[in-house]
Amino acid sequence: MSLSETQQIERGSIGHQHVHSMSFVRYVLLALIILGSTYGDVYLAKGMKQLGGMSVSRWHDLLFAPFNPYVALGIVLLMMFYISYLASLSWADLSYIMPATTFGYVLTALLAHFMLGEQVSLTRWVGIIMITAGVGFITGGPSLTVTPTPEGVSPHLEVHS
Amino acid sequence: MNSLGVIATWLMIFVLVALNSAGDMSTARAMRRVGDFAELRRKAGIFGVVRAVLTEPWFYLGLLAMALSFFALLAALSLIDLSVVVPASASLTFLLNLLGAKFFLKEHVSPRRWLSGILVLGGIVLLRT
Repeated sequence: MSLSETQQIERGSIGHQHVHSMSFVRYVLLALIILGSTYGDVYLAKGMKQLGGMSVSRWHDLLFAPFNPYVALGIVLLMMFYISYLASLSWADLSYIMPATTFGYVLTALLAHFMLGEQVSLTRWVGIIMITAGVGFITGGPSLTVTPTPEGVSPHLEVHS
Repeated sequence: MNSLGVIATWLMIFVLVALNSAGDMSTARAMRRVGDFAELRRKAGIFGVVRAVLTEPWFYLGLLAMALSFFALLAALSLIDLSVVVPASASLTFLLNLLGAKFFLKEHVSPRRWLSGILVLGGIVLLRT
């Protein structure tokens, strides 16, 4: 089992348990989800804009879209996002991954402000703080629900409490 | 503001949200059934992991829903303003996923997670307005 010795178990209300196990690799995976989806969308949009307007009658133009370097980069980044997303869901709950990945919105807003000089309104700063607080709060907590079974805590988890 | 009526606009957003959420939940269920990649790789190698994912029916359902939601997004964007579609669908998908995590995936959504969820949800709404 890859869970580290530092793992903790938190008892839930009705027999559920949570396993808490974040390693360096797992934080990297979460970062790849955020970076892959944020930058993937950006480059995809940039490439599609370069190609100009698409219309239904010229749908076959889409077949050549991946030859645009920006579109290609966008696709590679989105594939990276998808593989990291699958890997993360293999060890963590959806209700854990979801808030963590919204941190990408914060990143986009901060990049827009500090790199592109866009104005960030007070409402958006409050939004940024709320997401950051929510993400910090959830990633500091346990990542996986473990349901007790007669053989142990879970069929494939050895938990040392 | 847009060429659709209010009811048609919301209908479109709800279709998008339902497909998005179905994709996330099917994918999450598939990965829960496959189990921890790291553990699996130690036992069966990297190809063992790939095989486990590719033989999981929920994975394909998730992929199908995600592909459909991508086209639904393209269709929605051609009819409704980006500044309406993205915040509405992002926040509603988040909410539906949280409920789905509890009732469909049977995850233990602790008070800590609800509170985080509410903070993040509020943040998404504020950030996208």
